[in-house]
Amino acid sequence: MTRILGSSAVMVAFATAMLGMVLAVAGTRLRRPELVRGAYAAVYVNFGLLAVASLAMVWALVTHDFSVSYVAQVGSRATPTFYTVISLWGALEGSILFWGLVLSGFSAVAVWLGTHAREDRRGDGADVHRLMPYAAAILLGIGAFFYLLLVLPANPFLPVSPVPADGPGPNPLLQNHILMAVHPPLLYLGYVGMSVPFAFAMGALLSGAPGGTWIRLTRRWTMAAWMFLTAAIIAGMWWSYEVLGWGGYWAWDPVENASFLPWLTATAFLHSAMVEERRGMLRVWNLSLITSTFALTILGTFLTRSGILSSVHAFAEGEIGYWFLGFIALVLIFSLSLVAGRSDQLHTAGRLDAVASRETAFLLNNLLFTVFTFTVLLGTLFPLVAEAVRGVKVSVGEPFFNSMTLPICMALLFLMGVGPALPWRVASRDALRREVALPAALAVVVGIATAVLFGGGVYAVVTFTFGTFALAVNVRQFTSGAKARMRAHGEAAPVALVRLVGGNRRRYGGYLAHIGAITVAVAVAASSAYKGETEATLRRGETMSLRGHTIRLDDLWGRQEPQRFVLGATVTVLRDGAPAGEMDPRLNFYTTSEQPITTPAVRSRPSGDLYLNLMAVERDGSSATIRMIVEPLVPWIWAGGYLIVLGALISMWPARRREAAPATVFAPAPPLVPGSAAARPLAIADPDTRGART
Amino acid sequence: MSTRGRRAGIAVAAAVILGTFAYLVYGGIGENLVYFLTPQELAARGDRAYDVPLRLGGQVEPGSVVWNAQAVDLKFRITDGAHSVAVHSSGAPPQMFRDGIGVVVEGRYHRPGVFESTSVMVKHSNEYRAPKEGEKPAEMYRSLQTDAGT
Repeated sequence: MTRILGSSAVMVAFATAMLGMVLAVAGTRLRRPELVRGAYAAVYVNFGLLAVASLAMVWALVTHDFSVSYVAQVGSRATPTFYTVISLWGALEGSILFWGLVLSGFSAVAVWLGTHAREDRRGDGADVHRLMPYAAAILLGIGAFFYLLLVLPANPFLPVSPVPADGPGPNPLLQNHILMAVHPPLLYLGYVGMSVPFAFAMGALLSGAPGGTWIRLTRRWTMAAWMFLTAAIIAGMWWSYEVLGWGGYWAWDPVENASFLPWLTATAFLHSAMVEERRGMLRVWNLSLITSTFALTILGTFLTRSGILSSVHAFAEGEIGYWFLGFIALVLIFSLSLVAGRSDQLHTAGRLDAVASRETAFLLNNLLFTVFTFTVLLGTLFPLVAEAVRGVKVSVGEPFFNSMTLPICMALLFLMGVGPALPWRVASRDALRREVALPAALAVVVGIATAVLFGGGVYAVVTFTFGTFALAVNVRQFTSGAKARMRAHGEAAPVALVRLVGGNRRRYGGYLAHIGAITVAVAVAASSAYKGETEATLRRGETMSLRGHTIRLDDLWGRQEPQRFVLGATVTVLRDGAPAGEMDPRLNFYTTSEQPITTPAVRSRPSGDLYLNLMAVERDGSSATIRMIVEPLVPWIWAGGYLIVLGALISMWPARRREAAPATVFAPAPPLVPGSAAARPLAIADPDTRGART
Repeated sequence: MSTRGRRAGIAVAAAVILGTFAYLVYGGIGENLVYFLTPQELAARGDRAYDVPLRLGGQVEPGSVVWNAQAVDLKFRITDGAHSVAVHSSGAPPQMFRDGIGVVVEGRYHRPGVFESTSVMVKHSNEYRAPKEGEKPAEMYRSLQTDAGT
């Protein structure tokens, strides 16, 4: 019953999406608004249908209905209910279903906001209403692809006969930590969210309105998706740190790269979009970035879900890979021919005035992010190509990624300091000197101090130096702005700070995100350059020491839980010989897995982590081998992640509409509207898509 | 400078930078390729097998494991039936490491003919096989179990 409900909901969703696409395009071409409204209705209906299908699946999972194929694949009566619910996204079919749900939800919100857009002071409303039907058609098209996957190659609702009495349960790695409830949904929100800016970009091209409107709409949606993606990447690092037991959080694993690639292009877009908004430059470039971002999310899904890689994340296998490859090809052909067909409308109005300007900083930023993306993409895909072409099994070692990307990271860190100090158009030498003199001096002092006191190699020292510089410049944006307000309005410091940020959320949100990114960079550098690691076999009562930390093995114990057997060590942390705390690294044996899953014990302090992993236990319980790792500043990686997310939130929080009067406060600098936008739109009011269809 | 000249300048600069980078990437990838080999393939590589990062996969040769827990020192041989290679690691073996199990070791093969491993991984399999009799942790660690669970 649940099975039939779920599978028919998905089937109807596919039909509705196809119908909606036709209605959207036909309604616009034939000037029949009621047809377009039908297409919008299809978007809302699809959200309802996918919600029904997902709830049906959750119900089947929770009630252990093993007649449903997906439940038979990932369900188990012994699994705690919490992990049963989140196994919705634990394997291929369920994750596609979840993808469909998120996509239909995002589409519904995008269409609702788009059709309820008011005529605001920039006159965006008309443009929004013109591109909305096309954007809806694109979103429905993407939806149709995923719903088709759910009907054919990734159907989670297939019948199972005979019905098994119990199932294997979810992959042990996925039911070992609470972060598995957080990381995948965030990743999907980020990944799927990138569909919306892509749809707006294509909608703008199709409707012939690629003026200033699309970039504003797209920027905010990209920011939202980017925020989720950032949080997801950080949560994934955290999960890896808390579960895999090697004391690291990033290994350039193809699956990590898959989540990182669209993040890189989206970050580039968030910066270059500002250049287009301010100066009307880089239009084609921005369209390419948004298309690449979307294509990379599909590529990432292909890599992780097709089983083409064998890595910790790549659990699923099947024919689905060809579907994804076909879809990527379709997306690229469609968007490239659309951009080519519209090139007459895409000439850029602005030009670069001077080398020392914020525009240049953004251009360099984009160049670096592009190179970064290509490097990671190449390193990720090279083994696949080598295996396909030459039949050899190779992997691209971590040294490749590190040696290629670390210099780029250093340059980006430096730019994060220079960029905010540079004004738009032209920078005067004196103004620039005033902005950077103090931070640069501070940076040199910190750099020298780091080199003398800690050493740790070139990259660590450079990261600390550039990090200090960038941090000082970005923090100073807050302090000098707040000071000016305190002088001008006689406000108290906290009030001045809040009003400063509130008065230009985009700008200060951005600086806050920079501060977060700098924090992450510095913490990553410190934790890898100054990491200490040792391994020893201890009998009860014996101790081991590393970098001033001493631990004593007190006890070894076993505990049977419904879904697993837990083997643990009780370890006491000693300070000056006196107990200062207890840690319990564990090994978890799941009934369905040969290998135990580790639960390392982590003791976090602002200065860094003490990380213990139980490696092996003698069968008679007489001794245990423990890996002891001391990693400075690791908690700051997670804290920096929170700061980036907070910055993004502040930056995209909508300005209150009622405050009509202080609106000028939001745009203090040169006019935001590109010079050409006002003059162009009417000439292309009649959309003609003949040259653009594929 | 005219707009056209400036554009051309920017294009040339970008091409030079990207070209340099492409060259570096190409060289970097060549140097950092880690080949995945079986003992037989390792033997077939001759001199090219030594002192480069490699991954070696095969089975743990039964009876070859020497594990010194106090010194945290592990020696064993990896075999693919045709050839076998001595492996040394100064780290604890993974928990389920035992005779006959599939393993992948990462490291370098050195002159006297010992593979110096930096990491030993029990081979990942996407299919979950229930542990066999005698491998069940609850039995292996029966003496440690303090309560019957909740």
